[in-house]
This record gives sequence, structure tokens and C-alpha cells, in this order.
Amino acid sequence: MTPKPKAIATSDLLADPAFQDALTLAAQHADDVDRNSRFPSEAVEALRTAGALSWLVPEEFGGAGAPFEDVAEGVFELSRRCAATGMVFAMHQIQVACIVRHASRSAWFAEYLRRLSREQRLIASATSEVGTGGDVRRSIAALEPDGDSLRLEKKATTISYGAHADDLLTTIRRGPESEAGDQVLVLTHLSETTMQQTDQWDTLGMRGTCSPGFEVRAICRPDQVLPVPFATISAETMVPFSHILWAHVWLGLSTDAFDRAQNFVRGQARKSPGTTPPSALRLSELSALMAQFRATVKFALDEYSESLEKGDRAVISTIGYAVRINNLKIVASEAAVEACQGALKVCGVVGYKNGGPFSIGRALRDAYSAALMIANDRLYATNASLLLVHREGK
Amino acid sequence: MSYCSTDRQIKDRLRNIIKDHAGLNLPPERIEDSTDLYRAGMSSQSSVVLMIAVEGQFGLEFPDAMLSRDVFTNIETIASAIETVMRAQQQ
Repeated sequence: MTPKPKAIATSDLLADPAFQDALTLAAQHADDVDRNSRFPSEAVEALRTAGALSWLVPEEFGGAGAPFEDVAEGVFELSRRCAATGMVFAMHQIQVACIVRHASRSAWFAEYLRRLSREQRLIASATSEVGTGGDVRRSIAALEPDGDSLRLEKKATTISYGAHADDLLTTIRRGPESEAGDQVLVLTHLSETTMQQTDQWDTLGMRGTCSPGFEVRAICRPDQVLPVPFATISAETMVPFSHILWAHVWLGLSTDAFDRAQNFVRGQARKSPGTTPPSALRLSELSALMAQFRATVKFALDEYSESLEKGDRAVISTIGYAVRINNLKIVASEAAVEACQGALKVCGVVGYKNGGPFSIGRALRDAYSAALMIANDRLYATNASLLLVHREGK
Repeated sequence: MSYCSTDRQIKDRLRNIIKDHAGLNLPPERIEDSTDLYRAGMSSQSSVVLMIAVEGQFGLEFPDAMLSRDVFTNIETIASAIETVMRAQQQ
């Protein structure tokens, strides 16, 4: 097999000074964003200036038509500086991917994509719902006919950056008579949507994603409903994009923690040249974990990118793929916590203190969110059931 | 395990298996050959139960490439997959 190019490679988009500015601003404001649980507006504004919000939009609709690998690398690099910024960028790209891959042939969405590229609009998503127990593949709320329009009302448990986005993609039952799993995705402009915040976002980590609950109300037109059932969008795009891009967020924040630990060990070594500091052994342990973590993420990125390039749905619509993409989320989310804990052990007290060059606290707190974004127990349970039929040992 | 031979027999057997295992709120007589089972309320979880039941009752094993949403969309698509696997097994 011919080796594929390195997944985390430098591309023109990432080398663009405007994107580099976004990286600088993400790093500069990361501690303040975290401390004050505020939206990383400086970095997101810089991403707009760089045109990064339409990286995934095909050129015919005014976007960059960037390959998925570039977006993943952008998420990784942002998350090395500020995981909340990386997560906001990742979530936006997931929504864009759903529209590009499943709705760009609709006239309304084609025009929307042009507008997104022109105005660098930020899309949030309302997939969670009060009363579904965290199962995004079931909805209680339904689209209700209202003359020629449709009425959307939903109580979402969390909407990340809901108060800072331009548009909202919501999962909802197709109609009042539809089954809980017969869902569609609807895009509404927040200028035409009532968003009533229902609680506060004061959390252990990922504080800058600003993800409280909201009650959402909007009137929309039928052409604002994506033309493909959410079940298909979820399996073929939303789940793979989410798990792969989230994994890049967690790999990014873990790499930041590792870099800090390595700098700490180097500093110790410089104090007594010729002797290996005791912490170096723990660092080498951590390096092995990071190698495994990177390999897992890269395999998933390569497999999915290949299917995107070939336009081949055969692999990604199988049970085997569902098992693998769930495993990626489980493994990456657990590895992130392990990596940050390992870095903290290397750095000791200076890692425990906030605000210094070796501080690990923010990365560790951010990493704890990983196992909760679609609870790992839910994925274990899903895979337990899928493995009853899936036999391939891939 | 007796194999059914005709397309109609396969589809009738399938309809019964779906009635018992697909978790639909639909009476069996309303399940047409082309009814989209997912839109009729079959969850991913129930689709796995259905796959296991079909394999058990028809005495066959679907290769991984056939264990997909596309194949388990409706009676037509499942029946066609069953016939493909049966033909391969007989060869």
C-alpha cells in the first residue's frame, strides 16, 4: 500500500497570515476566555477575516473548497492554543458539511451557501432536547404546519455559542404525526429566531463554547428543511465529521499539554546538563501515549477522507464503520484525559498552578468534557449492540 | 433450516420478521415492499435486532458490506440482499 501523505501537514490555507492571526489571537485570549467563560470573539472574528468559515464550501458557492484534512488540521492547530475556539470552529464546520453534502442541490441552500461565504456566517446547532435523555437520534418537538410556513419550537438542553451565531441548524420531527426517529434538519437565521436562554453555562471546562440551554422558536419555509432525512445525514456526515473533528480538538489540547510538559523537562535538563531529569521517564511514557493517540485519529481521518474523495458511500454506511467511528470518539476522549493527567504528573506543582507556561489545568478541565459530548456509555452500548452482527476484525 | 425459494415467499417471511423485530408502530398489512422502515420508526438499535433475526431465520450470514442502512431500508432491499447471499452460499 502506498503511504498516504501526512495528515497533519501544512497547507496554503493554514499558512495564510490571516489564519495565523486567528491562531495568535486564540492563544492570546485563551486564559481570559476560560476564566470569564466568554465567547472567543477575537479569534472567531479573525477566522471570519481569513474566510475560514467557508473553507468547506465548494468554490462554485464562493468558498475555498478545502479538503477535509485541512479543516481537521485547522481545528487541531486552534485547539493547541484554545480548545474552546477549536471546538467552536469544529462545530461550525460540522454544520457546514451537513449542508454542503446533503443540500447544496437545493436552490435555497445553494443561495444560503453563497451568503455564508460572503458574510462568513457562523452556524450553531440545536441537536439536544429536554426529555430525550441525550439521544440525538430522537426528537420530541415536531415541525407544525402554519399556513404556507412551518412552525419550529424546541427546548434544547445546550446550544453551543447559541447567543453568538448567525444561523441555527435544528433537528426536529418531520411533522406532528412522525415517529421520534423520523427527523429532519432545519436551518433558520437567528435574526428570525427567538432564542430564550434557560440556564447558565458555568462549567468545569470548555467554558468559551458558551453552551447553555435555549428555547428556540421560529417560523420557516419548507425549503429551509434539508431535503435528506436526518438519519442519513447523521450516519454519513454528522457523526463522522463530529467524531473526527472533536478528536482533533482533543488531540490539539493534549498536544499543548504534552508540549508544556516537554518544555518543563527540557528546562530541568538545562539546569544540570549531562543528567537526565527523573521527569523525563514520565515524559517518554506520555510520548508513547501521544503516538498511539495520533495514529488512531489519523487512521480515522484518512479512512473518511478517502471515502469523501472517491464519493464512495459503501464503506461509511456499514455497521463496521459505525463501530469504528464510535470507537474513535471513545478512545480519543479517554486518551485526552490520560494525556493531560500525564502532563500534570510531569510538571508537578507548576503544572497545577494556573497562568504559567507549564500550567495544565485548562487543558485537563477541557479534556474532561470529551467523554460527555455524546456520553461514552451511550456509544459503548450502541457498539455492544452493533457487534452482535458486525464480524469484520478491522 | 428450510430455504424459501421464491421472491414472494422471502418477502412474506420478511414481513413477519419485521412485524416482530423492527419495533414499528405500523400494522403489518401497512408495510409495503417499498415502505422505508427507518421513516416508519425503526431505530438503529431495532435495525440490528432485525439483522440478527433475518440471519437466524434464513440461516445465513450477511457480509459486513451488506450490513448497512441502504440494505435494511425496506423489504425490497433486504430481500434482494438475502437472494444474493443465498446464491453465493449455493455456489
